[in-house]
Amino acid sequence: MNTQPIVDQIPALRRYARALSGDSWAADDLVQDTLERACSKWRLWAVGSDLRAWLFTVMHNQFANQLRRSARQAHGNAMDIDDVAHELTAPEANLGQALDLQRCLLRLPADQREVLLLVSLEDMSYAEVATITGVPIGTVMSRLSRARSRLQAMLEAPAQSAEQAPAPGAPSTATVPLRRLK
Amino acid sequence: MDIAPSQNLTEDEIHALVDAQLAPGELAQLQARLALDPVAQTTVTKWQRQRNALKNLHQQVLDEPVPPTLVSTAVQSAASQQEVRQWWRWGGMAASVMLTFTLGWFANSAWHGEWQGAAPVVALAQARAAQDFARQAGVAHAVYSPEVRHPVEVSAAEQEHLVQWLSKRVGKPLKVPNLTAQGYELVGGRLLPGEAGARAQFMFQNAAGSRITLYLGAVNKAPARAEGETGFSFSTDGPTPSFYWVDRGFGYALAGPVPHDILMKLAQTVYRQL
Repeated sequence: MNTQPIVDQIPALRRYARALSGDSWAADDLVQDTLERACSKWRLWAVGSDLRAWLFTVMHNQFANQLRRSARQAHGNAMDIDDVAHELTAPEANLGQALDLQRCLLRLPADQREVLLLVSLEDMSYAEVATITGVPIGTVMSRLSRARSRLQAMLEAPAQSAEQAPAPGAPSTATVPLRRLK
Repeated sequence: MDIAPSQNLTEDEIHALVDAQLAPGELAQLQARLALDPVAQTTVTKWQRQRNALKNLHQQVLDEPVPPTLVSTAVQSAASQQEVRQWWRWGGMAASVMLTFTLGWFANSAWHGEWQGAAPVVALAQARAAQDFARQAGVAHAVYSPEVRHPVEVSAAEQEHLVQWLSKRVGKPLKVPNLTAQGYELVGGRLLPGEAGARAQFMFQNAAGSRITLYLGAVNKAPARAEGETGFSFSTDGPTPSFYWVDRGFGYALAGPVPHDILMKLAQTVYRQL
């Protein structure tokens, strides 16, 4: 079997997992679980169908399992984004912006975060997202609406207070509005 | 469609506009209505900005080298799956062929008095180790050859330093084969981890940008001995096919996405020069 098509999907899976979990170690664990699972379920994949959609479906299921497990462990192990800030290795200029965006993303409920990322980050159609997450397309649309509105509110809320009391010497925030959230 | 041009956009329509997921022909109609809907205009602008910011999030992960553990997970699991499938497919026939082959192997070894003192099991283990070596060469090729910015750690410009450094690390004086006559120039090399310690990879590239890699190092922890040899073998276990051979416990594998016969000729050239 030619494994190159799977290997080719790994970078996209890693990025999506990173945005979903906000943590590079957790993300690569999720990718690892996904690949193991995908390979053990290889026979369930119909040759000729969309490999990418199938791998993202497997990852969705693995992620959902992880959430269930951590919900069962009463204390959970949700991570504060500030604790892993050093692992977010965006280019220096965009670091603050990426951190803010990632932090806000993690405050969204997981199901909304998934839909938003599959649509925005992975450019998937609403129908594909419905298949991957196993919900009707109407649910995809309402999750997307809630995710976009909430994320926007989070990104804007501190910006308004910052306008009232602008930090001295702050960089020109007008061009990078997302930066204001600290 | 009977939608009045003044009707405000629904949320679903705004999403479809932002995500460019409109049916053909819908765009003009939606844009006409958007022009009359200032609230929707604001939402579209904000969500578009949000979408662009998300699009750039962790963009650098796409360019990072993929951790070799992830590549080998994909390759290994797929390979074992393949074995299982083939066993099912060929069923008893494969089993009987295997048995005949194994018996033949044992008998042959015993007859010729090879593997003195060493059980045939050791020979099988060595063959297995050589196959693993070739698979790892294929993985290393798949991981590093697509790299645009960092294909190698030390470039061909510092060839002398490269050879000294890698020779020291793999514990054997190395030589870079010259494949210029075959159209391949040295790109450089890098150090890699292997089963028994350090391994090295030299990368070559031809005018068309096609890359082949020579992977070398000790095959396993066993002390090198004369038995640790194999003839030329072809492997498709890894993500990239390779020709490999083992000489006194030291393995060589030439991997690249080139046709079987060309790869074999290249491997023979390398073999003659080393």
